Amino acid sequence: MAIVERQVQPAVPAGRDPLGKMSKRQRALLVGGVLFGLLILVRYLANTPDLTSSGLFNATLVSTLPIMLAGLGGLWSERTGVVNIGLEGMMILGTWFGAWAGWHWGPWAGALGGALGGAMGGLVHALATVTFGIDHVVSGVAINIIAAGLARFLSAYAYRDPATGGSATQSPLVTGHIGTFDVPFLSGGHIFGWRSPDILGWLELKKIKVVSDVAGPIHGLTSNVNWLTLIAVLLVPLTWFILWRTRVGLRMRSVGEHPMAAESLGVPIYRMKYIGVTVSGLLAGFGGAVLVIESAGIYREGQTANRGFIGLAAVIFGNWRPAGVMGASGLFGYADTLRLRSTASPHGLLLFVAILLSVVFIWMIVRKKPTAAAVSGVLAGVTFLWYFGTDTIPDQFVFFTPQLVTLLVLSFASQRLRPPAYDGKPYRRGQQV
Amino acid sequence: MRWRRLAVNVVAGVSALVIALAISSIALLLIGHDPITAYREVFNYGNHPGQIISVINAAVPLYIAALAVAIGFKMGLFNIGVEGQYALAALFAATAGAHVHLPWGPLQILFILLVAMGTGAVWAGVAGVLKVTRGVHEVISTIMLNTIAVGISAYLFLEHFAQPTSATNLTTQTPFLPKNAAMPALVHSSAKIPEPLTSMVFIAAILGVLFYVVVWKTKFGYNLRASGTNFEAARVSGIDPRAMVVKTMLLSGAIAGLVGMTQILSFSHAYTLDFQVGLGFTGIAVALVGRNNPIGAAVAALLFGYLQVSAQILDFNGIPKEVYLIMEGVIILSVVVAYELARRSLERSEVRRAAEATRRLAEASEPLAKVEA
Amino acid sequence: MAEVTTQAPAVELRGITKRFPGVVANDDINIEVRAGEIHAIVGENGAGKSTLMRTLYGMHRPDEGTISVNGNEMHFRSPKDAIAAGIGMVHQHFMLADNLTVAENVILGSEPHHGPLLDYQAARDRISELSKTYGMALHPDRLVEELSVGERQRAEIIKVLYRGARILILDEPTAVLVPQEVDELFRNLRELKREGVTVIFISHKLDEVLAIADRITVIRAGKTVKTVDPGDVTARQLAELMVGSDLPTPETRTSTVTDEVELAVNDVSLRGLGDRWILQDISFDIHRGEIVGIAGVEGNGQGELVQVIMGLRTADGGSVSLGGRDVTKASTNNRREAGVGYIPEDRHEMGLLLSAPLWENAMLGHLDKEPFSHGVWIDKAGARARTEEMIKEFRVAAPSADVSAVALSGGNQQKFIVAREMTAKPNLLIASQPTRGVDVGAQASVWEAIRVARGAGMALLLVSADLEELIGLSDTLYVIYSGRLVAKLDPSKVTPEELGSYMTGARQAGGDGAAAAPGEGTDDAAAADGAAPEAGDAPPVDAGLEDEIPPGEAPL
Repeated sequence: MAIVERQVQPAVPAGRDPLGKMSKRQRALLVGGVLFGLLILVRYLANTPDLTSSGLFNATLVSTLPIMLAGLGGLWSERTGVVNIGLEGMMILGTWFGAWAGWHWGPWAGALGGALGGAMGGLVHALATVTFGIDHVVSGVAINIIAAGLARFLSAYAYRDPATGGSATQSPLVTGHIGTFDVPFLSGGHIFGWRSPDILGWLELKKIKVVSDVAGPIHGLTSNVNWLTLIAVLLVPLTWFILWRTRVGLRMRSVGEHPMAAESLGVPIYRMKYIGVTVSGLLAGFGGAVLVIESAGIYREGQTANRGFIGLAAVIFGNWRPAGVMGASGLFGYADTLRLRSTASPHGLLLFVAILLSVVFIWMIVRKKPTAAAVSGVLAGVTFLWYFGTDTIPDQFVFFTPQLVTLLVLSFASQRLRPPAYDGKPYRRGQQV
Repeated sequence: MRWRRLAVNVVAGVSALVIALAISSIALLLIGHDPITAYREVFNYGNHPGQIISVINAAVPLYIAALAVAIGFKMGLFNIGVEGQYALAALFAATAGAHVHLPWGPLQILFILLVAMGTGAVWAGVAGVLKVTRGVHEVISTIMLNTIAVGISAYLFLEHFAQPTSATNLTTQTPFLPKNAAMPALVHSSAKIPEPLTSMVFIAAILGVLFYVVVWKTKFGYNLRASGTNFEAARVSGIDPRAMVVKTMLLSGAIAGLVGMTQILSFSHAYTLDFQVGLGFTGIAVALVGRNNPIGAAVAALLFGYLQVSAQILDFNGIPKEVYLIMEGVIILSVVVAYELARRSLERSEVRRAAEATRRLAEASEPLAKVEA
Repeated sequence: MAEVTTQAPAVELRGITKRFPGVVANDDINIEVRAGEIHAIVGENGAGKSTLMRTLYGMHRPDEGTISVNGNEMHFRSPKDAIAAGIGMVHQHFMLADNLTVAENVILGSEPHHGPLLDYQAARDRISELSKTYGMALHPDRLVEELSVGERQRAEIIKVLYRGARILILDEPTAVLVPQEVDELFRNLRELKREGVTVIFISHKLDEVLAIADRITVIRAGKTVKTVDPGDVTARQLAELMVGSDLPTPETRTSTVTDEVELAVNDVSLRGLGDRWILQDISFDIHRGEIVGIAGVEGNGQGELVQVIMGLRTADGGSVSLGGRDVTKASTNNRREAGVGYIPEDRHEMGLLLSAPLWENAMLGHLDKEPFSHGVWIDKAGARARTEEMIKEFRVAAPSADVSAVALSGGNQQKFIVAREMTAKPNLLIASQPTRGVDVGAQASVWEAIRVARGAGMALLLVSADLEELIGLSDTLYVIYSGRLVAKLDPSKVTPEELGSYMTGARQAGGDGAAAAPGEGTDDAAAADGAAPEAGDAPPVDAGLEDEIPPGEAPL
């Protein structure tokens, strides 16, 4: 997917290294490739075949989506300069309205209902932060509280009939199915009724070293794919396209970077922020609906389990870029899925982290950064000890991996992050600097 | 000026309440209930001493949480992490209190409180240190630390601190605190009074007074507020605002550590699986509604406590009691909006008055004395 | 080009009046700008130039008066209307988003497009075309954050031209530029003029105005004074028009310099990012009763030098001592306690707690002193009483000590800061740009306060971009260039022109270590450097009144 860095590629940017350094896209691909190679290595060293199984990656896809949609939501909002702590609340609204609409009219209506429910939350956030100019974090916190309360209140009313299977904390089952498909040739999908060969599935079963390990994950991502999943994944390039390739997108981004400049050129600041924040809620709400429809089949209180906040973490870790958000969410989803599937695999992942930290350690020595080298060296040592000294890793530790990773990234790589310059600052129309 | 400011803010607060009532009424009407009946029920609540005690008991932890948030706000720090801080603090305090036995009750209680404060301070301090050394915004770090705290406390509780369950003891909990660690009840429970009045209310009151004195009357408080108003100006003036950030986070975390103590010391006497969560977030709401002021926060905490407790009565009438959650949420937003509008109107009138003063000064004297040629 | 005289004026402002609460910013302004000329509008800070230009650009509406563009009367409701009428404005603070490319910044708001899609190629082509036409090289795909200040200004100009502006307003365009960039800008402006663009050039730098403008309109205290041709006036005459007949000059007269060294800076060095030296081997002394001025183009290290002396940054080498005590390692607070006062260059960012009442602002930096605190307690009553005194004594226009600092006008905020620092009677006062952006009245009172302090034996460090202020007030003048003190001058003998040539690095002298290469004609100024002047060798102009004014009493 071509969602990397500066869309307008400088012909030959002046003042840059003339020795044709790699573009950011190439660098990202290289890093991704190396990490994947390391994962395969660890799979053999730690003897944890699940790390590269198609089943794991298929499940990862499902657990990634809600986080990714919340993250994309956060991206839309923050690109127009509004910090959205209320993602969690908007997601809760998404789960509730998704389940309610799904229960009445089927899963597709549920997806739509969830998105609209979330958009409602976004609209409230926009009203509070844009029209009334109150602190973004305050409004977000309030929306989280309101959404939780509203969901409980509505459940107590709408799901009060126990005969339907509902209760004050739970909805009846959403029945009906959203179809699934396999990608032709890769994973044996159908073309005009003809079943194409399942090449990757075959390769994975062959158990050829490395080859099967590459085939497995791709097979997992391309077989038995839900149509909602496809829509969700397509929202990533769509987000990039709208924000970086259209007029309204440029205007929205300009509002997040320098609202005074945008306003002086006639860009309607408030309208742009309203669009950004409402779409933000829409996407988070859709994420909630996906959680209901694809994973649980019902609404349950507390179902979002902080995924809105993890989405926020994905925005930061993904450096406020759509592909970055997708990558970060994938990482978080992968860790979460591992935790649920077995205890051995997360333990294998410790080795992965340890090796990675050793690489950082060596890199920091090369770069002559003694403190960073010392920190990463000690951490690498501890992780190695941990790996060799134990057989499992506590479930609860894997549970907060996304938060821990985000905190570490913010602490040690924040100079590489590039949030919108005016993110989080209340802006009044006609304001000067 | 003072009175004017107070009046404007009171008007703002009251109108926010009215809006909250109106929106809750709409919610009730939508699901086919008469809001008047509901409000009558709620307003009639609180006639019995027992009911008042329940409200106060609910308000105390909210008040402490609000103070923890408010002290951060006073220096421009948004401590969203009270939630995680008090969860960890309660677990450590309950565990330490159960294993360390001190001869004298007050000493035992003091020990438990100190462990709670220390734990909360350390956890909040992480966010403070990350902010000043690595530039990580405290909103993000405390959000992340909340989840990490939940994970760590779940792990420690389930794997290490909880006593093993047996045939005689089925509940998962830390060992009970020694008898002398029970906070004395101010009013004991009886037939008419369902729950005793916690003496944590004293601690809360002391905290409130200390908060006021420290923030508004001491040099430390001045430095704290100055750093919160203008970080750079504070630095130039000789305050070390980075140190202030860490100190304030430690202080905020220490107060946050006490949030769970009402439950531990007055009611459950152990950390249990159903330990109350969410007080940190409600505490933010209480601080906002109470304008980060110990008296305002007290009023707001009682209001929220009252809503929570009195709403229980609605269920008897078939009205979903959860309407109080909507009310709380709407109150937060409308109060914050109302205060913001009030602030702007006050600022405008101040600018007008200052401009008038400029004019008077110009009229009263000759054009500003010229520097002799 | 069309005959200018027969054509309707590009812009005609008639009787423009604009009032703000309590002030009349513009009072019956009349200006006629001919098509295709470079028309300068000069006036002191606070004279109302910016207000006028904001009116012309539609950012607010005049209370009275009319605006005509090319002979047609206009009623602008927003900048959009002004843009539609062919007016473009380049703001003093650039309006560019760092994280967007030049092209994105330029096209924003009127993007070339196919339906909802951006047409980047069309944008690039158009920008290249504009750069070629007006000789302003700029790559459309570069990120703005990578551009130099001069390039950013070019981006701003292209942004305006892209919107089809034929009338260009430049608000203080040279304030942020280094001399080479100023030359480049002037070349661009002449190019624009040749292409028939009308330029309105706002400035208070008279030599620049005389160099570039076809006609000059002078504004004073919100009124138009006169429109003149640059050939008919000297800089001196222009200056007098600007400030009125009784030019308040910041002269200090009789020397009060003692031989007690208050501040000694020895070989101070400061390293920036990437091993670049921000300050290198800076050494100088300030005696009691002496004003030492630091002249330099902004960004040559004077800001950092002040930070090092204040203890806000740690020097990488050298030492600083106050009254004989080494404070190199001392904290800002310790230095404050040792008697250092500071008037920061940016009062909003560094000087005030805007939303706090004045009495709390009065304590800022002086918390440990009487009457602001006792032990750990603050003394509100004492602080309020002291604040009321300060307001009265320094004639700060504030209704009471309880009003928020944000409610005061810029000049009064500055006076309040000066009052705060002076009242504390420091041994050393560092005044950074003490009169930047304040009105003439406030400026005069700040100067007076500085003179009184000097007479009382205070040591003062004055950092300013206003050369007249520096020359007029200082007893000793240093020039800082690229982080080094390159010249030590006698203010009584140096002219602004000479000072300027040191500041731009065109000339080097004395200093320490800097190659002394006074190329042509060593003059008095250059000769005055070298050995430190003896105490009291400042110019004996006439006997000043200052000495008779007891310290601390109202200067006005």
